[in-house]
Amino acid sequence: MSLDTVDSRRLREVALTPEEYRVIVEKLRRPPNAVELGMLGVLWSEHCSYKTSKALLRRLPSTGEAVLQGPGENAGAVEIGSGWAAVFKIESHNHPSAIEPYQGAATGVGGIIRDVIAMGARPIALLDSLRFGPLPGSRHHFDGVVAGIGGYGNCIGIPTVGGEVYFDECYANNPIVNAMCVGLVRLDRLMRARAEGTGNSLMLVGADTGRDGIHGASFASVELDESSSERRPAVQVGNPFLEKCLLEACMDLAQTDAVVAVQDLGAAGLTSSVAECAGRVPGAGARIDVSLVPRRERGMTPYDVMLSESQERMLVVVQRGRESEVERIFSTWDLTSAVIGDVTDDGHLTVFDQTQVVARLPIELLTDGAPPRRLASVAPDPAPSLRLDSLPPLVDPGESLLRLLASPNLCSRRPIIRRYDHMVGDATVVAPGGDAALLRIKGTRLGLAMTTDCNARYCHLDPNLGAQHAVAEAARNIVATGARPLAVTDCLNLANPDRPEVYWELEETIAGLAHACRSLELPIVSGNVSLYNDSAGTSAIHPTPVVGMIGVIDDYSHRLEAGLKHEGDFVLLVGSSLNDLGGSEYLKVEHGTVAGRPPALDLAREAAVNRLILAAAKAGQLRSAHDCADGGMLVALAECCLLGGMGVRCPALRPEAPLRLDAAFFGETPGRFIVSVGSRAMPELQTLARRHHVEISLLGMAGGDTVEFEGQFRLSLDQMRQAWEGGLLH
Amino acid sequence: MVFPGTWSDRDCGWVIDQVVGAQLQYLWHKDADLKGCDCVILPGGFAYGDYLRTGAIARFAPVMQEIGEFADRGGLVWGICNGFQILCEAGLLPGALIRNASLEYRCEWTHLSVERTDLAFTSQCVEREVIRVPISHGEGSYFAEPAVLSRLEQNGQVVFRYCDAGGRVVPGANPNGSLHNIAGIINKRGNVLGMMPHPERCAEPELGGADGLKLFRSVAGRGLKVLVS
Repeated sequence: MSLDTVDSRRLREVALTPEEYRVIVEKLRRPPNAVELGMLGVLWSEHCSYKTSKALLRRLPSTGEAVLQGPGENAGAVEIGSGWAAVFKIESHNHPSAIEPYQGAATGVGGIIRDVIAMGARPIALLDSLRFGPLPGSRHHFDGVVAGIGGYGNCIGIPTVGGEVYFDECYANNPIVNAMCVGLVRLDRLMRARAEGTGNSLMLVGADTGRDGIHGASFASVELDESSSERRPAVQVGNPFLEKCLLEACMDLAQTDAVVAVQDLGAAGLTSSVAECAGRVPGAGARIDVSLVPRRERGMTPYDVMLSESQERMLVVVQRGRESEVERIFSTWDLTSAVIGDVTDDGHLTVFDQTQVVARLPIELLTDGAPPRRLASVAPDPAPSLRLDSLPPLVDPGESLLRLLASPNLCSRRPIIRRYDHMVGDATVVAPGGDAALLRIKGTRLGLAMTTDCNARYCHLDPNLGAQHAVAEAARNIVATGARPLAVTDCLNLANPDRPEVYWELEETIAGLAHACRSLELPIVSGNVSLYNDSAGTSAIHPTPVVGMIGVIDDYSHRLEAGLKHEGDFVLLVGSSLNDLGGSEYLKVEHGTVAGRPPALDLAREAAVNRLILAAAKAGQLRSAHDCADGGMLVALAECCLLGGMGVRCPALRPEAPLRLDAAFFGETPGRFIVSVGSRAMPELQTLARRHHVEISLLGMAGGDTVEFEGQFRLSLDQMRQAWEGGLLH
Repeated sequence: MVFPGTWSDRDCGWVIDQVVGAQLQYLWHKDADLKGCDCVILPGGFAYGDYLRTGAIARFAPVMQEIGEFADRGGLVWGICNGFQILCEAGLLPGALIRNASLEYRCEWTHLSVERTDLAFTSQCVEREVIRVPISHGEGSYFAEPAVLSRLEQNGQVVFRYCDAGGRVVPGANPNGSLHNIAGIINKRGNVLGMMPHPERCAEPELGGADGLKLFRSVAGRGLKVLVS
């Protein structure tokens, strides 16, 4: 097949450009055959090769004292104390979920779980970051995705403990479904998916291989259009029961030393897992025989087998001679396992169909050969500016609060949370619904906090600053549980980078993430990039860099929750407020506009406020803590009341000029928390705050069943609850 | 008792072993004997994926024969969530668990009114005590024929009923549409208990409540060897 004979339709099918094809022919010094072309197509897709983002991603900080494994493996790993490592990663499943919401979301969950298993870790928690178009128009996406996540997570017995969901027009055709998994492994049992040891066997375990999901990775690397629904066969179907068995078998496997490595089969199936596993060891290669791969159906070609994205499969590298030991473990769980090849030292992936060689490609060409794409970058027109003096003054803060509480972006997530098993494992000590979730690590006093965050409206208005906000907010959410932020995984969801404005957004997003993570000393140890979240050029998503973060508390008995706890406690605002209405939920809900710049972010201030909260929590001074984020101080305060089932009485809020009343109530200045404190701890807290140079101000006193700012408004908890609980039900 | 797809085995095991301090033994679905245990727990999960209908495949597991005979001999059998569904499918308890009335999975805290305290499972509770225990299921709506239901009521076989915090058995406190707010029942002999809520998830205060511990202590207090089957 020369360039003349390979027709453009064929290249489009494997999502390669004519230029890329030329590079392949040049490197191979021959045209690839059809199987090879398919293999290169999937591995050179944006989804697998990161050819557009790779150079930029190198700017992200990925090292730190606690880091055991940075990007490049199935998942990142950090040391968390008492001999434990936390393994975690976030990944997108946007394109499949747009076409087939239930299965798309379910298999997204399944895939990220396998990434954690491959590191030898037992998955302990799932989180999901979701974006949809507004309800009720996007109800089918929303319902399908939520059901799919629950269907998989509930069945496999891993608690779904956190995440976020937002609604915006820009996601109407391109929902965002990002799944994060966190696992635990003893330090000395952390595994890496490296195909070491020439002659060691490659075993394929788990599900049989079918024709499902062929070209899934390529499909995820193009824009969606009218023909996308024809791609439904490119969406895989999940079997959580099988994965549960696979999980338990892999845990048993990790107790033996018969296994060299375990690698998930995800996007690009067998091709990618074998190539990646070998690619991590210089000079290593692999031979596999597709006729040995257990199949779900007859008549599958070598091409089908190599590109299938059938779920619930793992590649295991086994010490030569110990294959039967591994087979026994899998057969205990009624799982198929088969030796399909071995590790070589020739640097090539050679694919046999019995005796016939059907493909032979250099590993390096597969994993690293895709020419990096340097794209044009142009800053788009700036967002409309916001003239504060033209904003009508706040009339009734109580009425505004009720409308904000009922806004789908701020309202209670209980209708979603209760559809997910968030308790299995007997470890969830701070349940979802407040800030971060916190899981205890059994047998220790340690607690592991986890969250995902991103305000994409900020990112739309200023991608660099918006990405910084995502990091800062995630850190505040971790801190609000009393845990110190430790490390990050990121999922960059953007539109088509071939458009210069989008490529600029990508550059800015990565620059912002890098800056914030460096400032807050948070390494990014794993991540994923999902581009082409467009529909036929008409609607592009906001840049949505979802930040997944974990943190550690040394003794979880010092943990904090958002809800007010004791009558008579002082309720305080930590941090100072500015006229930060740009890009706010208040502006959108009350004035129907998205304008201005996101709040300025002083990362040194963030760090100082976080240190104060952690010090006060450790000293036992705080009864509750909650991050002020979307919706500002008053929404955060209302949440403290609703989550604690307790009201608050405050004197009238009279901000000093130039702070406006609307900004004092609803502005979104970062670096702020609502905390409650017993009266006796007040002096100590004040001293501590002065020492950290952080302003604290008294808002009011906890108690009763109303929220009142004297002379300004008074609402009953019932009224507020009604607004808050109903936001997702229409 | 561990079937492929069971996931509350480790949580039950944790409570028995680490919280209560009773003797713990895991039993595999292919096992042919119960290793001398005094109480067999069938924990929550999705046994065999629950693909056909909850519990419908599990009832044919090799170990179920043995568990049936064990129950006939008066041994204590305790089905929690999926375990309750399996016991109904296996005919060890009457009725069935059908799809929640909301048609959605529900994971949340519920209040239970304890209606029997003369049982091995509830001896540490007081009559009509209200305990707080979470549920986590998609198919937990208890259903039985009217005749079966009235027999259950007449015999006092309803052990737990969903109620509000004040102990009132009202429709608003029913999370799944169960008939008569039924959350758990016992067989006539009093040795086979099935319940949808998860007591193993509330045996320590840091998990949000410790009421479930009363049930485990009731069983373990008898000095029994408990088997998580």
